[in-house]
Amino acid sequence: MHVSLLKITTFFYLIGAVLYLYYVVTLHEKGARLGRMFLLIGVILHAIGFVWRYVTAGYTPITNLFESLQFFAFAIAGVFLVVELRYGLRVLGAFVAPLAFVFSVFAAFMEGEIGQLAPALNSYWLPVHVILLFIGDAVFAVAFAAGIMYLLQEKEVKRKRLGALFKRLPSLDVLDDINYKCLTVGFPLLTLGIITGSIWAEYAWGSYWSWDPKETWSLITWLFYAALLHGRLTVGWRGRKAAILAIVGFCAVLFTFLGVNLLLPGLHTYSSLSG
Amino acid sequence: MAHIVIVGLNHRSAPVEIREKLAFPADTIGCALRGLLERQQISEGVILSTCNRVEVCALATVAYQGAAIIQDFLAGFHGIPSGELGRYLYHYEGEEAVRHLFRVSSSLDSMVLGEPQILGQVKDAYGYAAEFRAIGPILDKFFNKAFSVAKRVRTETKVASSAVSVSYAAVELARKIFGDLKDKTVMLIGAGEMCELAARHLLNAGVKGIVVTNRTFERAVKLADEFGGTAVRFDELLGHLKRADIILSSTGAPHFILKRSDVDEVIRIRKNRPMFFIDMAVPRDIDPDANQIDNVYVYDIDDLNNVIETNLEERQREAALAEEIVVAEVKGFLRWLELQQTTPTIVTLRRKFEEVKDAEVAKALAALGAEDPKTRKVVEALASSILNKVLHAPVTALKKDSGQLSPMELVAVVRELFDLPDPAGPDGSANGATKEEGGNIAKG
Repeated sequence: MHVSLLKITTFFYLIGAVLYLYYVVTLHEKGARLGRMFLLIGVILHAIGFVWRYVTAGYTPITNLFESLQFFAFAIAGVFLVVELRYGLRVLGAFVAPLAFVFSVFAAFMEGEIGQLAPALNSYWLPVHVILLFIGDAVFAVAFAAGIMYLLQEKEVKRKRLGALFKRLPSLDVLDDINYKCLTVGFPLLTLGIITGSIWAEYAWGSYWSWDPKETWSLITWLFYAALLHGRLTVGWRGRKAAILAIVGFCAVLFTFLGVNLLLPGLHTYSSLSG
Repeated sequence: MAHIVIVGLNHRSAPVEIREKLAFPADTIGCALRGLLERQQISEGVILSTCNRVEVCALATVAYQGAAIIQDFLAGFHGIPSGELGRYLYHYEGEEAVRHLFRVSSSLDSMVLGEPQILGQVKDAYGYAAEFRAIGPILDKFFNKAFSVAKRVRTETKVASSAVSVSYAAVELARKIFGDLKDKTVMLIGAGEMCELAARHLLNAGVKGIVVTNRTFERAVKLADEFGGTAVRFDELLGHLKRADIILSSTGAPHFILKRSDVDEVIRIRKNRPMFFIDMAVPRDIDPDANQIDNVYVYDIDDLNNVIETNLEERQREAALAEEIVVAEVKGFLRWLELQQTTPTIVTLRRKFEEVKDAEVAKALAALGAEDPKTRKVVEALASSILNKVLHAPVTALKKDSGQLSPMELVAVVRELFDLPDPAGPDGSANGATKEEGGNIAKG
């Protein structure tokens, strides 16, 4: 039952994404309002599904690829709703909601039954480690969307043909600001996620750091965002450069999450397709 | 019967010399409205007076006389011979008048299509009419409908969505670059009329401060005083440039006063905080290549003109959509207006027949000398039944709008045929009758 509940959210994210896109094209307020409603229902169903699964399984159900993708979609939609509440940027929905949909539809085609929990994962560190990282990644997903919007809007202003996109997209300043705020929230989450993971690794595998592919790529991602944050604060990287880096950074996040799982076997292979 | 009539002139029908003669300054409108309502056939009136149009909208008891009465009133009030005035006036009645007011308030009839002031001016005109009690139930409904049509046009089409003047386009662009303008500083280089206008718009949009520079320092000081800003010397321009977020330039210099390398350096000092250069000078003041620097945006006068040209084209396209909204709304309002005419007619028609029936039933009962309730009941039922069946067809015809005659014409025919009194007097008694006799209509 909780599996269907998790899977059915895909439908709500899809409708939400379509409604937000409809809003961007036609500028009918109703599209954005209904879109938000569908995303909210999706997030609520997801939350209920996760609690249900937690109770049934007896552990935090973010242990395999199905669960991770579900949680990632849930986190993206949730973080977006918070950002929208704060900034009222409905157009952002047309860029973020499709992301939530893509990850959840990926999971919707996978076997979702509760499997055997690997003994190493049976720890209180599990929820802390994965929730911190996935929320951090979801924040980076919003930065990614804001980055794409920035590049589109910047192109409109630079080439001086102010078309439909110019009117619909928010100001460059707001988009750059979201990019920065996401960095200041996402980076500490990523840092804490890696630290908690490292402490847990000491308990579970007997070593803080084993250069497992997941760890290596997390470090690469972390260094990338650290450089971006540093550049922003000291040299004044902003605008176009920061937008491009936020997009590249999210690609690193995706590779650390999916690429490593699917291509590079290592200690973290709980969430590969076969596992 | 009440007819909506609009008589007036606008920027297309009359030159400014005539428009200014016909204008009603705010303090004369009360007096004018009183003068208008003193005319016999006028029961409600609204006067709209802006620099581009003067219009009188009134409710007249006789349509074809209404326009003449208003023209006469305008000529009399302003002391212009009525015959001379006639050349500049247009007049609309009924459906045409409804369409006209809806188009005017939606800014579809404005000199600059979609300009936002006109709706406020129509609202003011309505406000005066309400204040001086010149407005009654019909015009009240009419104007409120016009406001809601204007709102629909504004929200459902893009007729008014984008800037169509150079200085507004500059503000719109600044907003898309900087978002909030309240902590931004403007620098004004040189003193062109368009630059000053743009600076004024930016100040209205809430920028924090303004720095003025000019080759003649005294002029810079004078302008700075005017804008409440600070003046700096022209040779110190580069040093002050780093403070400015938005730069408006229009000097008479024959060459670029800001080279790309200058801008490169300033943007580095500013740690890439964006800069928006608006170059209104011909020949240009700012190297257009600076636009290629990240976080620097350079627009010259041609760029801005292109922007507003595209926006104007967009407005034109959107106007077609707006006209469709107006057409639909005119239909809706006319239906309401017709109902205001047909309902009281049905009521009077019915009342007249009821009176005949009651009198005849009484006569028949007296002749029969019948006292028993059964006979009375049968006679009354007979009479009522005949009445209802006879009235059924005309009442249905009055209610629906599908015959060869319009509801207005039908009402006139029915009144004529059955010799009915005119219920729609200037005191608006028609509405009273509707409410009182509502029950009867339902039965019929």
